[in-house]
Amino acid sequence: MKLARDTWLVFQRQALLMWRTPIWIVIGITQPVFYLLLFAPLLKKVLAPMGATSYAEAYQIYVPGLLAVLCIFGGLYTGFSLLGELKAGIIERSRVTPVSRLALLLGRALREMVGLLVQAVIITVAALPFGLRVDLPSLLLAYVLLGLLALMTSALSYGIALALPNDAAMAPVVNTIAQPIGLLSGVLLPLALAPMWLQRVAEWNPFYWAVEGMRALFSGHPGDSVVWQGLLIVTALTAVAVFCSARLFSARIR
Amino acid sequence: MIETKGLRKSYPSGKHGRTVVDAVRGIDLDVRAGEIFGFLGPNGAGKTTTLRMLATLIRPDGGEALIAGADLLADPAEVRRRIGYVAQGGGTADAVTGREELVMQARMYGIRKADALRQAADALKAFDLTEFADRHCSTYSGGQRRRVDIALGVIHSPKVLFLDEPTVGLDPASRGQVWAEIERLRTEGMTVVVTTHYLDEADALCDRVAIVDHGQVVVEGTPEALKREISGDVVLLGLAAGEAGPAADALRGQPYLHRLEPGEDGLRLYLDDGAAAIPQLLSVLNGAGIVPGTVQLQRPSLDDVFLARTGRSIEQS
Repeated sequence: MKLARDTWLVFQRQALLMWRTPIWIVIGITQPVFYLLLFAPLLKKVLAPMGATSYAEAYQIYVPGLLAVLCIFGGLYTGFSLLGELKAGIIERSRVTPVSRLALLLGRALREMVGLLVQAVIITVAALPFGLRVDLPSLLLAYVLLGLLALMTSALSYGIALALPNDAAMAPVVNTIAQPIGLLSGVLLPLALAPMWLQRVAEWNPFYWAVEGMRALFSGHPGDSVVWQGLLIVTALTAVAVFCSARLFSARIR
Repeated sequence: MIETKGLRKSYPSGKHGRTVVDAVRGIDLDVRAGEIFGFLGPNGAGKTTTLRMLATLIRPDGGEALIAGADLLADPAEVRRRIGYVAQGGGTADAVTGREELVMQARMYGIRKADALRQAADALKAFDLTEFADRHCSTYSGGQRRRVDIALGVIHSPKVLFLDEPTVGLDPASRGQVWAEIERLRTEGMTVVVTTHYLDEADALCDRVAIVDHGQVVVEGTPEALKREISGDVVLLGLAAGEAGPAADALRGQPYLHRLEPGEDGLRLYLDDGAAAIPQLLSVLNGAGIVPGTVQLQRPSLDDVFLARTGRSIEQS
């Protein structure tokens, strides 16, 4: 009860801050929109071996990957805002109060999740004129998966921000983590096009399963086993990431 | 109100964290209810670390502390309810208003929304902040922001308030305002623990002080009593470069002189009756062929207390 109340309190404050600097939503969405407009049209021919015969089919394969990368990267980079709050003394001020430590983390991560889902909806709508069609239940399930992805990567990123000895290390560490995750989850092109050894490596990347799950949902196959596998893997990882970062929130000396 | 015994904290340091820095090595304090207690010392003496331990932000490695009746190590959550803490850099966000921060702070203490709104309005009035309560914190001056910080620290009416260097970086007028607020809080019955390295402020405004150096309390007492311990007066001799050494040699052994320390531009002499000694001092110096540029007679300050105890000046270290 106290956790829910405190989480809602932190979430409200973070949402207010986001509302007052909406430029971050615009910046966050610019890059995916460019990919949608300037990169995706190349894909009809590239994806032909996967059975894409029209732009609509190409977008059905590409857009879910784009949304996943939006949430994975957007979440991973959110730790930078925490560095600012640490520097301003806001976290310390909170930690002297009896407010729940887990709420300090969850309120922030949930705000980030909502922000990223809003961007995901905008991108989905922007893809409609290109012929993207998804049935509503599958789309909602896909957003659940995206929300968990955002929650997990945000919690991970906050944990990194708290664990690093100095602020300058944040960017290289996050980039080093984000790049292989992105490439090995087949967000730009499906890994079905990849040589066998690369696919084998990718199967060890949990985000690969999330992206595969997203693609199955967008192509109207919610019953595919990759869907529940992806959801299960992402849920488990989210729990681990939240647990570890919450511990850092209550213990870390900054 | 605050009792600590042997409070300790050390940090790993060095390349691989193999060496250990003892930031605080056994602090015993006894702060009484309703007093302004000054925690003085040079930078790096362990003031902030001690305050952060008492405010539950760092777990002590050893020792014990009872704060407003709650045990720091056994029940930090209860300590949090009974104390307020204002960090040196404050803790307000730029894009929210002072009123919003106060409401948020009250709600983090579990106060219901309607009550939080009312308490925030009361605090704004008490700290004379109503005029710019609904402007973003980024537009506040240093002094205004600092008053918001203190108002945040006491929104839940704690028994004890910890202030870390509350006046650092402020202009003299704002400093005066901050101290006026601290005095007002004491008249309301709050116990205030404040760190500072402005010794003149501590001298004028603290009921009692503890001077810390290298993570330990060097001496504790009322400013008056501490200064009385260093006997008599201080005479400052302003001397030209190169004259301090010969002048010290000439004066050493004078019976009325207790101590002699090199100062910034000359010598500091500690003696019982400065006014009576000055003519003798000058004649001794004349005999050595030295004519001081200036001679000043002072009452000892808290810095003299520190100097007498450690051989260094707080303001220089």
